[in-house]
Amino acid sequence: MLTLANYLSVSAVLFSVSVAGIFLNRKNVILLLMCIELMLLSVNFNFIAFSRFLGNTDGQIFVFFILTVAAAEAAIGLAILVVLFRSKRTINVEDLDVMKG
Amino acid sequence: MLIQMFFWSLAAVLLGASIGVITSRNPVFSALYLVLAFFTSAVMWLLIEAEFLAVVLVLVYVGAVMVLFLFVVMMIDINTEELRKGFTRFAPVGGFVALVVAVELITVFLVRNSGLPVLSNPPPHPEGYSNTKELGAVLYTEHVYAFELASFILLLAIIAAIVLTMRKRPGLKVQNIARQVAVRRQDRVRLVSMEAEKD
Amino acid sequence: MESIYLTIVLTPLAAAILAGFFGRLIGRSWSHRLTISGVGVAFALSVYVLKGLWLDGNPAYNGSVYTWMVSGGVHLEVGFLVDRLTALMMTVVTFVSLMVHIYTIGYMKDDPGYQRFFSYISLFTFAMLMLVMANNFLQLFFGWEAVGVVSYLLIGFWYTRPTAIFANMKAFLVNRVGDFGFLLGIATILMYTGSLDYAEVFGMAGQLQRETIEIFDGRVWSALSVACILLFVGAMGKSAQMPLHVWLPDSMEGPTPISALIHAATMVTAGVFMVARMSPLFEYSEAALSFVLVIGATTALFTGFLGVVQTDIKRVVAYSTLSQLGYMTCALGASAYAAGIFHLGTHAFFKALLFLAAGSVIIALHHEQDIRRMGGLRKYLPITYWTSLVGSLALIGFPGSAGFFSKDALIEAVGHASRAGSGYAYFCVLTGVFVTALYSFRMFFLVFHGKERTDEHTREHLHESPWVVTLPLVMLAIPSVIIGWPMIGPMLFGDFFGDAIFVLPANDVLAAIGTDYHGPLGFLLHGLMSPVLLLAAAGVVVAWYLYLRRPDIPAAIRNRFAALHGFLMSKYHFDTLVEKWIPRGSTGLGNLLWRIGDVTLIDGAAVNGSARVVGWVASVVRQIQTGYLYTYAFAMIIGLATLIFWVLYLR
Repeated sequence: MLTLANYLSVSAVLFSVSVAGIFLNRKNVILLLMCIELMLLSVNFNFIAFSRFLGNTDGQIFVFFILTVAAAEAAIGLAILVVLFRSKRTINVEDLDVMKG
Repeated sequence: MLIQMFFWSLAAVLLGASIGVITSRNPVFSALYLVLAFFTSAVMWLLIEAEFLAVVLVLVYVGAVMVLFLFVVMMIDINTEELRKGFTRFAPVGGFVALVVAVELITVFLVRNSGLPVLSNPPPHPEGYSNTKELGAVLYTEHVYAFELASFILLLAIIAAIVLTMRKRPGLKVQNIARQVAVRRQDRVRLVSMEAEKD
Repeated sequence: MESIYLTIVLTPLAAAILAGFFGRLIGRSWSHRLTISGVGVAFALSVYVLKGLWLDGNPAYNGSVYTWMVSGGVHLEVGFLVDRLTALMMTVVTFVSLMVHIYTIGYMKDDPGYQRFFSYISLFTFAMLMLVMANNFLQLFFGWEAVGVVSYLLIGFWYTRPTAIFANMKAFLVNRVGDFGFLLGIATILMYTGSLDYAEVFGMAGQLQRETIEIFDGRVWSALSVACILLFVGAMGKSAQMPLHVWLPDSMEGPTPISALIHAATMVTAGVFMVARMSPLFEYSEAALSFVLVIGATTALFTGFLGVVQTDIKRVVAYSTLSQLGYMTCALGASAYAAGIFHLGTHAFFKALLFLAAGSVIIALHHEQDIRRMGGLRKYLPITYWTSLVGSLALIGFPGSAGFFSKDALIEAVGHASRAGSGYAYFCVLTGVFVTALYSFRMFFLVFHGKERTDEHTREHLHESPWVVTLPLVMLAIPSVIIGWPMIGPMLFGDFFGDAIFVLPANDVLAAIGTDYHGPLGFLLHGLMSPVLLLAAAGVVVAWYLYLRRPDIPAAIRNRFAALHGFLMSKYHFDTLVEKWIPRGSTGLGNLLWRIGDVTLIDGAAVNGSARVVGWVASVVRQIQTGYLYTYAFAMIIGLATLIFWVLYLR
């Protein structure tokens, strides 16, 4: 049978892969956004697994809200990206250093 | 046993897809790998009887969010080569950090989970159980304020996305309905009385 | 009564304001009319108050008229304590002040700062009255500082002269040293009694004696002694006791009326008055009284020596003042407060007289002050001559004069004292009598007798001063002669002062002398047989022999003992110390502290250093702030990993 540990291990590996992804694709904003989606996915994994193995539906409710917020975040993030590209003609993070005082 | 094998093969696909996401040269492929990862996850969620969320994941993520990603990726003309410069330079660091995070996370639930009232073998839900109904019953009662807030956040996202991306392009020819409707005869036609031409 | 006291204080102030701010408007003659009438009113009322207290036996008045503020239970008030001691001081102050006002009309006739001068001396009268009439330490301190300010202004009255500016700065700074002690003394009293009111503090004197204070580790002192000595340090500054006497001779840069009023008769006696006023405190502190005694005796003798070698007429009188102040202080130290105050009163008359006489000579000689260029002035200035003679006789204690009674009683009292240092003090005051006679008559003979050393031009214009100058001389000469007769009985041996002066029975030397006292005449006869008179006579004779009979001897002595003469001329090197070594030392110390403390530590390490550290840290940290999104993402991830690591393995 499946155990909680199975799911949690998969989610942990998924999370570390997305962490590595942030390091590797540090210049590409779109890929950064995708890695964040992956991270959220691994978090959702944990919630659903705990919800099932602890017999409590609240975890799934949480996932529901995370999906909602992630969708909103993706929409706004991509909108910002589009605006950014329109004005700078690039999405290279190394060209976007205006945050430096 | 069968289900174990099925789970691990799904897990293998999921991890392969996620590695594909982060290593692809072309962002389009990354997005497609991400779609694959979401699909696999949805199936894995079905395995532990979270049907509603599995379906929502497919509908919302694959159907909406990922399409949006693909759309943006294709719309924007990216110089991929430029973006991949120094890709390998950070690979060891990234791998190391990822390894540390993975080891730490696995330690948490393998070593430190003693005392957690975990059902090692949750009983299957009874006949006629509806995951959707179950969630709905809680969502609209206990979590109704959070639900309303979530709807507000979505509205906000819609408005924000529109406001951010909308732009006025100069020189674009557009109709002004109000002015068209309000036009009067004397604005358009001028009657001129002329002498008849005589040879 | 309160309104009378207020009138006494405020009339001179009003006159000072009018003459000071509207002097140009009201003109010269109205300036002096206003100020003189202001002081005159104050004098008349003072006499009335004194009569009421003394002859009619009115009780002493003690009350506050205005509460400035109440802070932490301490009342800061303006109030008056008017008993016979106060009334006597008020009368003396206003009388001398009135005389000086009148005299000034003549002395300052041609001065452009005429109104300003009158404004200052009226202001001084106000400040001095505030000082003597105070019923609390705060007001005493106010008066104390106010007279200091006026003294500063008046020493530097001719502010275009560099020497005057130097002198007033010196007076001011030296007085600051004393005032520092004075303020600390008041603070000590406030700390241990929680009150500034005289009556309350005096009531707690016995209790204060048992309190101890530990200033340095392991040295325990009586709080009362510490407070008294600190207060006396203030008196040392104001009353020019050694070693804080250096400012008084230099203050002779001011106009002569000022020297008479402030630097001889009134302000410099404020210290003496203050100690007498604080007698309920000083009586309980044997250590403080011994200190007072020794300081007074030293001043009395050693400043007298300096008077012998001075050649400036005013400076001779100034050193004489120093010496006489030493006598008064000595009396205080011997617990003979009444004798000190009595001498203060008589001294005010004859010393003011001597100063004004010196001023008269100076006017006559067109501001020539060197006694080596005078001589034989007797026939030109008869009134000045006779009044000077009266003043000098009173100063040396000629039998029957005011100075005789006060000084003889004073010396007798010091002789009877059994306090530590009283043997030394008795020796000093006895020797001082001879020295006093020597320098007084040296000056007198050099100025009025002998060869005429004035130049032709001056001699042609020599004539007696106008009546406004000579009237005060005569007016002051009268009390210089007679005031001793009626006053000695009640003041020294009677109960004139009543509760105003407190003496422990064991210390009461005046009472010990009083057992042999049988009226002024008896005292006079007794004085005729004392060594004091012999010493004074010897001094006069020596002065006559050296300066009239054989004027070549002083020069010979001077050449023979050149080192000693130089030492005396340099005033025991006190001026060198004060003007050269102390400034140099403090400048050096200041420079050292500035260079090490300020520039290196505060500016270098604390101010610039911290800025530099911040800058350095920022320059390092800003490397982290790349502005690139991924740097922040990395930071978050690494932080997360570290946090989990800490939670898992380290906690």
